[in-house]
Amino acid sequence: MDRPTEGAPPVIRIEGVAKSFGAVPAVAGVSLDIARGDFFCLVGASGSGKTTLLRLIAGFERPDTGRIVIDGEDMTSRPPYARPVNMMFQSYALFPHLTVADNVGFGLEEERRPRTEIRERVAAALDLFDMGGLAARKPHQLSGGQRQRVALARALVKNPKILLLDEPLAALDKKLREKAQLELVALRERVGITFVMVTHDQEEAMSMATHIALMRDGALCQVGTPRQLYDAPQSRFAADFFGVANLFEGRRSGNAVECAEAAATLVVDGGAGEGEVAVMVRPEQMMVSRERPARANVLPAALTNIVFLGNASICHFTLPGGKAVQARLSPTDLAALGALSAGDQVYLSFDPAAARVLAS
Amino acid sequence: MTLAAGEARGMRRVMLGATTAWLAVFTLAPFLIVLAISLVEARFGVPPYEPLFAWSKGLWPVFNGTLANYATLGSDPLYLEAFASSLRIAATSALITLIVAYPMAYAIARARAELRFGLLMLIILPFWTSFLIRVYAWMGLLNSNGLINALLIKLGVINEPLTLLNTEFAVHLGIVYSYLPFMVLPIYAVLERMDWTLLEAAEDLGARPFSAFRRVTLPLSLPGIVAGWLLVFIPALGEFIIPDLLGGPGTLMLGHVLWTEFFSNHDWPLASALAVSLLVMVLVPAAFLYRVLRRAEVAS
Amino acid sequence: MTGRRSIALLSVLGFGYAFLYLPIAILIVYSFNDSRLVTVWSHASLRWYAALLDNDQMLDAAWLSLRVAAVSATLSVALGTAAAFALQRLRPFFADRGYEALVMIPLIVPEVLIGLSLLLLFVVLGNAIGWPSERGALTITLAHASFGTAYATVVIRARLSQLDPSLDEAAAILGATPWRAFRRVTLPLLMPAIAAGWLLAFTLSLDDVVVASFVTGPGASTLPIVVFSSVRLGVSPQINSLGTLIVVFVSCLILAATLITRPGDRGKV
Repeated sequence: MDRPTEGAPPVIRIEGVAKSFGAVPAVAGVSLDIARGDFFCLVGASGSGKTTLLRLIAGFERPDTGRIVIDGEDMTSRPPYARPVNMMFQSYALFPHLTVADNVGFGLEEERRPRTEIRERVAAALDLFDMGGLAARKPHQLSGGQRQRVALARALVKNPKILLLDEPLAALDKKLREKAQLELVALRERVGITFVMVTHDQEEAMSMATHIALMRDGALCQVGTPRQLYDAPQSRFAADFFGVANLFEGRRSGNAVECAEAAATLVVDGGAGEGEVAVMVRPEQMMVSRERPARANVLPAALTNIVFLGNASICHFTLPGGKAVQARLSPTDLAALGALSAGDQVYLSFDPAAARVLAS
Repeated sequence: MTLAAGEARGMRRVMLGATTAWLAVFTLAPFLIVLAISLVEARFGVPPYEPLFAWSKGLWPVFNGTLANYATLGSDPLYLEAFASSLRIAATSALITLIVAYPMAYAIARARAELRFGLLMLIILPFWTSFLIRVYAWMGLLNSNGLINALLIKLGVINEPLTLLNTEFAVHLGIVYSYLPFMVLPIYAVLERMDWTLLEAAEDLGARPFSAFRRVTLPLSLPGIVAGWLLVFIPALGEFIIPDLLGGPGTLMLGHVLWTEFFSNHDWPLASALAVSLLVMVLVPAAFLYRVLRRAEVAS
Repeated sequence: MTGRRSIALLSVLGFGYAFLYLPIAILIVYSFNDSRLVTVWSHASLRWYAALLDNDQMLDAAWLSLRVAAVSATLSVALGTAAAFALQRLRPFFADRGYEALVMIPLIVPEVLIGLSLLLLFVVLGNAIGWPSERGALTITLAHASFGTAYATVVIRARLSQLDPSLDEAAAILGATPWRAFRRVTLPLLMPAIAAGWLLAFTLSLDDVVVASFVTGPGASTLPIVVFSSVRLGVSPQINSLGTLIVVFVSCLILAATLITRPGDRGKV
């Protein structure tokens, strides 16, 4: 929540917004600024309130409390049709009875634009997505990827200040999805407006977003750049959500953490503090050696198994106390260790600078 | 296995045979007979029509067929008027039914899912409870000393009772009342399947609720509207009880004219010619209805 | 959904259901009116129900109607089951579209047309082969079975189309001959639809005035025929009470039919 703010005013300001459905709170007191030109991702598990937050920005839901300000104007009680915001729906919500061109032109017709202007802008929007040749088709005659692009064209043709995307890639198969991720990022650069995307897929969020807000139980868990969320998670939940985390529970005093499950005193960087904490180490920060290395944070361990991923291998280890630990090794690192087999005794170690201390 | 195959063939024969024989005798034959009798002239006697073929002279039967009955239907202003007013009353009352039924179908489709079945049952239930009694109930309400007039006089809206019964208004009312479920059901079926995020998409693109309804909901419910309209129009066209009980002597509708021709004038051939014309008038929209329903089925 | 919109939708439903049910409700209320004048309320009594019980003509007609309805409904489901199979499973080699149209035609053809055409059939048959020798209960029953079959076919076929055809194959693998598989597997599964179809045909027969008026002969007057000729003369308190009884009776039948078919095909009747 304390992400660095640029000098420019935010394009979206959400102030203390809460929304319940019946007795179930979907969004519980969220305050958030989104900067102009951001590719902003709302991530979280299903039921975390990310979609409700998006629908609150779009205007499909009215907040119970709080304000939503878009580009300096209070939009809290404005209906969706009067907001400078357009949405791309998860199902695309293309009008099945209209052609591609009429779908894209729908919003312009609502603005009562002259016929020639509509035709030109629709053509330009379709050309942007290489869809010019399909203008006369009906949605059911299109492939999944084509539908996705029509939905994008339809949402962008009105030149909104913000484009909202609700799981825009969920309906595509894996191959197409990776290509579409790159296309969406490139598209945002080209049109220059703010994108706010909802996704449950943390990898998708990390690879596309400039900033990410992680949500849990209707509240913001952490907001920051993908790097910040990955390298410096502020909670176990965030650490777990973005990638794999080795967590060592222990009691901190100063730079040392007394960790019973690792049967060791771990050394961490920076700051002082007392109390129950968890030390988080990402698997790729974990080093493996045959000989005991001469540095801090060395843990003897036995190899359980190795999962070969091609560009890397995930090695699973067990500490003498029974705790499981993962390390991610590049092929070169793995080869340097020689032939490994289950039960082999090795030493795990990590740099104090690579460890994060998470408060309990 | 061969025994079983033989038995399967036997079962197949029995079922197809029974169905085919029944349909031939009780559906196909009657219509062919009506067609045949529409082509002969009436006479006094039992049965009250000339035979289509007569063996009176010579070796070959004499063909007695004539289009005289159809010529009568096409030239007598009474029948022409009956055709015209049947079409008019059926069309307008189907339109009024649409106006009444659409909001109801919409409201049911937007009700909470667990309520919909019950709400729908409440629409269907009266349809099965005695058509005759339900039309009769309106006689009591529309009478010049009936409840509606009594209420209006008491409220001071009118001084003299209005003539409501035995008017074309009453016929329209009766048709709307009796055939409302036929309109609600197909429209509901279409709306229930509709993806409501389409409405959100329309609003998101700048459409106010009414515009979103006009540009999205309405066109998407068109198959239901057409099916419902035809489902009311078709039976209304040949309706007998409603014009007889609520319409009075001034209302000319084909079903009623056919009945009178048969029971009062004993002109069986002319009644048959009316029946054939009515059948043709019904089958054309019915074939269209069949196509609409089939297309809707394919689309879903 | 905003509050205003749901209030609008609620009032639409309120008015709609009032329109559908008020006329019948008023009829029922006035059937307990003691007054001979149908529109003037004097005080509550069962006078007209008592009068109904003394009306032999009505009672005879009601008894005839029930018998006709029961027999024609039974005939309807027997033929309807065969027709549903013919349409759904056997796929007749000769023009299945035309076949289907022939089965469904009584659903859309006006009653006057069905009545007239069946009467003419009976007249022609009577002249040609001497059967039926006279018109009456038998001809009404056959005529009612003719349109009852169409309705029963629709209901039974809808159910049949939901049944898994591999059930038959499973039965065959387990050694059942086709006839036994039909009797032990398909028929029990179809039973709810057959019961619903029976009730439907029964109700329709009980309600029919027009077709019965055409095909009846001297002496055979079903209840609707008697009611109709009485109603044509105007509103009468005795008909109010009879109408109440019919509405209650038929509503119970339909409710039963709905509850029987409900699992599996919601919203489809």
